[in-house]
Amino acid sequence: MSMNIFGDEATEEKAESARLSSFVGAMALGDLVKSTLGPKGMNKILQSGSSGDVNVTNDGATILKAIQLDNAAAKILVNISKVQDDEVGDGTTSVCVLASELLREAEKLIMARIHPQTIVEGYRIASAAALKALEKAATDNSSNPTKFRTDLFNIARTTLSSKVLSQDKEYFANLAVDAVLRLQGSTDLEHIQIIKRVGGKLTDSYLDEGFILDKTIGVNCPKRMENAKILIANTSMDTDKIKIFGARVRVEGTAKLAELERAEREKMKDKVNLIAAHGINCFVNRQLVYNYPENLLAEKGIMCIEHADFEGVERLSLVTGGDVVSTFDNPDKVRLGRCELIEEIIIGEDKLIKFSGVAAGQACTVVLRGSSSQMVDEAERSLHDALSVLSQTVKETRVVLGGGCSEMLMSCAIEEEARKVAGKKAIAVEAFARALCQIPTILADNAGFDSADLVTRLRAAHYEGQSDAGLDMDEGGIISMRKLGVTESYKLKRQVVLSASEAAEMILRVDTILRATPRKREAM
Amino acid sequence: MAQPQHQAVYATDEYGRPFIIVREQATKTRSHGVEAIKANILAARTVANIVRTSLGPRGLDKILISPDGEITVTNDGATILGQMEVDHQIAKLLVQLSKSQDDEIGDGTTGVVVLAGALLEQSEALIDRGIHPIRIADGFDRACKVAIEQLNKISEEIEFSQNDTSNLLKCAMTSLGSKIVSKAHQQFAQIAVDAVMQVADFERRDVPFDLIKVDGKPGGSLEDTTLIKGVLIDKDMSHAQMPRSVKDAKLAILTCPFEPPRPKTKHKLDITSVEEYKNLRDYEKQKFADMIKMVKDTGANLVICQWGFDDEANHLLMQSDLPAVRWVGGPEIELIAMATNGRIVPRFEDLTPEKLGRAGIVREVSFGTTRDKMLVIEQCANTRAVSIFVRGSNKMIIDEGKRALHDALCVVRNLVVNNRVVFGGGAAEISSSIAVAKAADEIPTIEQYAMRAFASALDAIPLALAENSGLPPIETLAEVKSRQINEGNSRLGIDCVGSGENDMKKQWVYDPLISKRQQYLLATQLVRAVLKIDDIITAGGEEE
Repeated sequence: MSMNIFGDEATEEKAESARLSSFVGAMALGDLVKSTLGPKGMNKILQSGSSGDVNVTNDGATILKAIQLDNAAAKILVNISKVQDDEVGDGTTSVCVLASELLREAEKLIMARIHPQTIVEGYRIASAAALKALEKAATDNSSNPTKFRTDLFNIARTTLSSKVLSQDKEYFANLAVDAVLRLQGSTDLEHIQIIKRVGGKLTDSYLDEGFILDKTIGVNCPKRMENAKILIANTSMDTDKIKIFGARVRVEGTAKLAELERAEREKMKDKVNLIAAHGINCFVNRQLVYNYPENLLAEKGIMCIEHADFEGVERLSLVTGGDVVSTFDNPDKVRLGRCELIEEIIIGEDKLIKFSGVAAGQACTVVLRGSSSQMVDEAERSLHDALSVLSQTVKETRVVLGGGCSEMLMSCAIEEEARKVAGKKAIAVEAFARALCQIPTILADNAGFDSADLVTRLRAAHYEGQSDAGLDMDEGGIISMRKLGVTESYKLKRQVVLSASEAAEMILRVDTILRATPRKREAM
Repeated sequence: MAQPQHQAVYATDEYGRPFIIVREQATKTRSHGVEAIKANILAARTVANIVRTSLGPRGLDKILISPDGEITVTNDGATILGQMEVDHQIAKLLVQLSKSQDDEIGDGTTGVVVLAGALLEQSEALIDRGIHPIRIADGFDRACKVAIEQLNKISEEIEFSQNDTSNLLKCAMTSLGSKIVSKAHQQFAQIAVDAVMQVADFERRDVPFDLIKVDGKPGGSLEDTTLIKGVLIDKDMSHAQMPRSVKDAKLAILTCPFEPPRPKTKHKLDITSVEEYKNLRDYEKQKFADMIKMVKDTGANLVICQWGFDDEANHLLMQSDLPAVRWVGGPEIELIAMATNGRIVPRFEDLTPEKLGRAGIVREVSFGTTRDKMLVIEQCANTRAVSIFVRGSNKMIIDEGKRALHDALCVVRNLVVNNRVVFGGGAAEISSSIAVAKAADEIPTIEQYAMRAFASALDAIPLALAENSGLPPIETLAEVKSRQINEGNSRLGIDCVGSGENDMKKQWVYDPLISKRQQYLLATQLVRAVLKIDDIITAGGEEE
């Protein structure tokens, strides 16, 4: 006997039906992105309902973000994939697939009348065992620069192999590794500027050793400058407003007005003189530069670049080693940026400014070319994934093997562990191992191989002690991943297992879904 | 039972002629007498049934979907009830009930609702037997007194000191046992205990919670949650080229912007000549220089400002080696001031070296691949301010982690305030239930029945615990109850985790005495309030 105590349209789902709805939601989502996993994964077209924009991608996070969902469990999965994206940058599909496989296994156990909390306990034992095995398998080559570079290269290649860039993965892997190594340990990917230009082919993309600013040089200014001394500024160069609050100009006649105007000009001229006193030949401002000061600067032979927004200014200051300056009274305290050559270059149809021969070089620019805007967009996402993973790997230098090898390794370790566990929990521990096995299975399925055969052979190989065995996606056999150089970041794999098991646990623990009345929205 | 949907209420006058009390077709509805009470009880039980499954270490969670589709996953009674869209009046009372338990104690929000639901369920049977609701309420009051006496009797003092916190840790672990953070059980309990110990004032037996800041960011896993002995703010240095860390920081904490002064009175400044224009220009320049100089003169090497900076000021700060943080929120600035023993200064003129805050190190930390940075202020002059930084694989888990930590912090605080504990796992309830049942037999009036009902209602908690743990509830309760009586051991409770040990003292399952006492008192009060209602008149809603 119960009674409706909720508001209109507010609903309550209980016990079995609540569980069913969260399992179904999570599994549906897992199945949705499953087919994009691995080097032979497929892409999806996302079409925006309102604008009709088309987006072709196989990046899990991008796909999931675009779907409108009305299922609580599915939303949790979307959230973990988003966090994975923010935290490591790649593995967004894997984390979602693993979580949904964990729930699929859990559903079977619940059908067999095992208490959800018992499953949770089992999963905790299993994920701890998995992480221990993963940590043991991880190798650290950070002490050896050349080996470490190979590691990074392999990681980039592995990441890129499942993306649109796979055709030219060697090329882009090199590019990404170079870009990340230039950051010198910083994980701020803002410092890697990606300029997208439609046209040409993907391999026309390149990493510029200098820095490219997506701006044009002011008129009347020299278009080419050698041995540039750059002042990077953030100051208003239109009319230098008086900042005292409430100030306004009141004059009696036109003569006075003209006088004041002259004073204003005078002020600007002073400012320009101060700027010029720094002994520079290039002036880059974040804000607008009006024609008058631009002219004045040009007269002094100073190249003037205006409107180089926040990131541009910051990157430029990183690249050239100059300060971002707003006052000009103490030239001796200001560090100027330096580079060997500034010139205007043309990519596709656009004019850009290139700073080459820079000193510090903590930032860099990647120019991406491609045949269509979708292509370039997807290339950017792929490259971003690779760059994120690499930059995280520079911080956490351990690496593990990919191609289903790590998953199988963990799965075997869990099975070992399961034998020691007494009680119902053991069944859940085994279920976790099975869920992990699903990842190589899906990899094989997506590539069109006989997954049942391959995965069992892989497992046999692991039990025989061949702990570096993985799936060969080209030949459809078992091969040493170490030889093939299929490497992944330890942090990525760890995060995948952690996030997926936490999310699965969270969803498992739920037995009631209470939904408030959806907020009424005005019809579009 | 369907809610009475009378369009009209008929009554008869003394001649037997019917007349209509509530106008026909009016939307006003009315239910009264036993009918009203029963409807209320039913509503209350429905609410109690929702949270009942969240009770105990093996209780389950709920997903709450807000009107905007936001998801909350929680097992905290107060949160579930607070976010449920409840429309029924009595149900709203229960929501309030758990909230007041939350405000007062911070933990046991589920238990109090389950107890109230059970009490109401029992009173329904008594009403059927023709006992007047007020007599029932009176009986409950008497029973409650007995139960609380029993609680006082069986409670034990636990020993702890600043050096030996192992007992507190166990209490915190009991509180966290039912939450998702039990994955990192020990760690979270330790964090809660350490945090409270850090800020606790043992002389006054008080724990100022405003010194503990709980912050979270998605990423990593629950195990990465840390306690920072200092302050964490979600800001970064105002200028990209300022140093990323400051050692032996002296903080100038300002609530005035680095901008030319703006008098509050309305004024106009008219520029009528070129000289004035030039003067003004110099004045402006001078003003900035003065501001920086004033800060610099006090010996400060870090500026924390509540407002923004002008571009020029920002650069001047950078040039004069004064790292600065801008747009720091009000509560955060207060926390920084408290932690560093600094004073918040509203005007540049008021800055003096004594007013500066001090901290051992201030550094910027960055996370993940997005450009997120946070500022950590550590080794502060006042070591009592702490921050807890919760990590987890998704947003919901972090929110739930924060709630769980809050509960655990409350438990530890309650123990610092009053270090008497009773035993959890239903042991205290069973013991009180036995005492109440015994006392009932000595009462000569009808209240006897109400007291027996109270005793059975108390059994609802161990029953729910056993049920949620997958044990046969009635059998388990009967066994534990008889053992309590036969062995005279009030520490026996439900063995929820399947360890084969019923002695809660050996399992280290503690609850603060004041929390349990508050639960009984609040639940009894609420039940009285519900029983006293005999008429519900609902005014019709607006015509659609």
